Amino acid sequence: MFIYYLDLALRSLRRNKALTALMVLAIALGIGASMTTLTVLHVLSGDPLPGKSAQLYYPQVDPQDIKGMSPSKEPPDQVTLIDGLNLLHAVRADHQALMAGGSVPLQPEQSSLDPFYVDARYTTADFFVMFDAPFLYGRGWTEADGDAKARQVVIAKALNDKLFAGENSVGRTLRMAGTSFRIVGVLDSWQPNPHFYDLNTGSYAYSEQVFVPLQTMLDLHLSRSGSNDCWGNGGGGTDNILPSDECVWLQFWVQLDSPAKAVAYKEFLTHYSQDQKTLGRFQRAPNVRLRNVMQWLDYQMVVPDDVRLQNGLAFGFLLVCLVNTVGLMLAKFMRRAAELGVRRALGASRRALFAQLLIESGVVGLVGGCGGLLLAMFGLWLVRQRPSDYAALAHLDLSMLFITFVLAVCATLLAGLLPAWRACQIAPALQLKSN
Amino acid sequence: MDILPILSTLRRHKLTSWLLILEIALTCAIVCNAVFLIGQRLQRMDMPSGVAEHELLQIQVADVTSPSNPYARLAEDMAALRQVPGVLSVASSNEVPFGNSSSNGNIRLDPAQPERTLNATTYFGENLVQTLGPRLVSGRDLQSDDFVDVEAALKGLSTGDSKSLPHVTLITQTLAERLWPGQNPLGRIIYLTPTVGLRVVGVLDSLARPNAYDQAKAQYSMVVPLRMGADKDLSYLIRARPEDRANVLAAALVALKKVDPQRVVTMQRSFDEVRRKFFQDDRAMAGMLVGVIVALLIVTALGIVGLASFWVAQRRRTIGVRRALGATRGNILHYFQTENFVLATFGIALGMVLAYGVNLFLMSHYELPRLPGIYFPVGAVLLWLIGQLAVLGPALRAAAVPPVVATRSV
Repeated sequence: MFIYYLDLALRSLRRNKALTALMVLAIALGIGASMTTLTVLHVLSGDPLPGKSAQLYYPQVDPQDIKGMSPSKEPPDQVTLIDGLNLLHAVRADHQALMAGGSVPLQPEQSSLDPFYVDARYTTADFFVMFDAPFLYGRGWTEADGDAKARQVVIAKALNDKLFAGENSVGRTLRMAGTSFRIVGVLDSWQPNPHFYDLNTGSYAYSEQVFVPLQTMLDLHLSRSGSNDCWGNGGGGTDNILPSDECVWLQFWVQLDSPAKAVAYKEFLTHYSQDQKTLGRFQRAPNVRLRNVMQWLDYQMVVPDDVRLQNGLAFGFLLVCLVNTVGLMLAKFMRRAAELGVRRALGASRRALFAQLLIESGVVGLVGGCGGLLLAMFGLWLVRQRPSDYAALAHLDLSMLFITFVLAVCATLLAGLLPAWRACQIAPALQLKSN
Repeated sequence: MDILPILSTLRRHKLTSWLLILEIALTCAIVCNAVFLIGQRLQRMDMPSGVAEHELLQIQVADVTSPSNPYARLAEDMAALRQVPGVLSVASSNEVPFGNSSSNGNIRLDPAQPERTLNATTYFGENLVQTLGPRLVSGRDLQSDDFVDVEAALKGLSTGDSKSLPHVTLITQTLAERLWPGQNPLGRIIYLTPTVGLRVVGVLDSLARPNAYDQAKAQYSMVVPLRMGADKDLSYLIRARPEDRANVLAAALVALKKVDPQRVVTMQRSFDEVRRKFFQDDRAMAGMLVGVIVALLIVTALGIVGLASFWVAQRRRTIGVRRALGATRGNILHYFQTENFVLATFGIALGMVLAYGVNLFLMSHYELPRLPGIYFPVGAVLLWLIGQLAVLGPALRAAAVPPVVATRSV
């Protein structure tokens, strides 16, 4: 029966090519536009570390002065050096790392290469294991190395390819900011998107090329970048002067393997704030937050407003295309009232008729979906030509491919429901009579 | 043309008519808001910077090893740049308008005030006003004895020694008007921290902030007499005649390299590029909105063509009868045109309400202003035109139906 209806559908669609083409075009345009923006939204609001992100938390405490305090206010987005080191040394989590962003001048040994600047991450030792950073060669530095301000560095694959032609460079020397560092590890390609652990240095398509122990950076006064926020008489520092104690400028992340541990850690943060207040360092009542990665990204509203606006716009467009298709399909079905009347008179049930018409709209949806897919690929190519930092990430993945087809077929079937139902209401006798 | 027969015909095709009205309404609502958004973006891209945009160059150099005396290096660099032929003026600055990277301060008018009055950007560097080119509306420019070294100021801040802190500032007209509406700002004090009180000595006509994301706050800028040493975050700003800029830039880089061959140039661009980069997302968004509007109007027009053709085919016999009874081709043509006009009018009326609703939603979620009334008539005229254009083809085909059709049985 299905095959027969399919054959009928194809015949009917072929009979009025212009109208069919119009419906397919409308569906394809609507699906193409909404899939393009949906894919961008999907890529930008994705989980940077699937499977791990739920265990990673970003503790926030409030060390600010009493001025302008109100109970509902969020604590600062980063931590001061003192609080960061205190929380780090408390070792209350399964893993913890204190970090900051920056950039360092690199002086290659090869005389053919001029010195150049690369983005750097200054961090304590747990960073690599906590964020599942994959090593191609070697390993990260140890906590003891960090505390000893070791001149050690982990480099990214891209830099290793550039400087050492992709060979195992562990043990070799890298000159940075006038100091010799020993390479202890080379990371494999690794770029969490969004760059969740420090959104100030770049949200998307950003990855550091060198990783240096934080204590080494403090010792050598390597240059920082990112944001710092001060209060009272705090001063943000300059390239070579660290921000003062009244400034937040570091990120602190912890790994807590179970929800119970997260609850306990939040209590610890409250106790810590209370202790600091008793000591006279904190002026405010404990005001702490403990968000996991996805909650943090949500709170920071990392997805650009424009992208959400474009998505809304595209779905509005899809809606117009669907209304258009409903209208056209209704016109098409009603035009065949006589034919449908004959079929009814010959014994076809309403249900059979309904199924036949739905199959016809499903075919339109399927073809429209294919067209939409091509248009979405073209749309994503257009997005990739844009200069935004996230542009390069706009690629269709398998799940979005599947969703495109499901969306196209469902949308068209939905659009076909009303016209098909309406056409089935035809009284066969009336149609036969007018002939 | 009598409108009643049209309405009674439409009443017999309720579903199809409503679908067409709905489509026109949705299109109208989206197009009105999209056109409004485009206007917003274009207006934003036109934001004044207050500086001589076509005469400025920005260079950042970073030293591989920090110079032992960054202030001596700064003086050396500035002197070298002044020697470059074609250079009209040289400044050092921590930031540039629309440059994104910024340094900001919380302004209080009373050091004891719990909440800040507002947040403004703080420009610091030498020779800024002369090089960038904003006009001094009142008061005086900063003088060399106003200037304080950044490192000394930071030390003074932590020890509470107010002697090593800056004491004066320049602010923009917009900022002055916001802080002291209708009053003379000269001589008034702005507090950046409880100990840093800056006396306003001059007012600039305009100077945009590097992080001018919010148009209302884009002009909240102040210039503080702080001297930064040469470092990688410091920009050298060069003013030259527009046609000289390419040569001046090349020569300036050579001059800076001569001071220290080891250094790395991390940024070199004209101010035109600064503006282009800062507003690139707005331009892309405006382009996309234009694309959506065009696609929407095409889909809607094709939808009207499709439905009108269907109606014409369905009513062939009726048209033939009307023609046989004496209706002219013009009557038939006008009939379909009026029918479309009636449907479009219903759609536009509904679309206006929807457009207003969409605007309210956008206002609450994206900090957009209210949709100005002018967009409603413009949107209406646009959709009427599209509707009439779309229906013309099918209506002409209807008018071409010969009266003899009436006598034929189907």
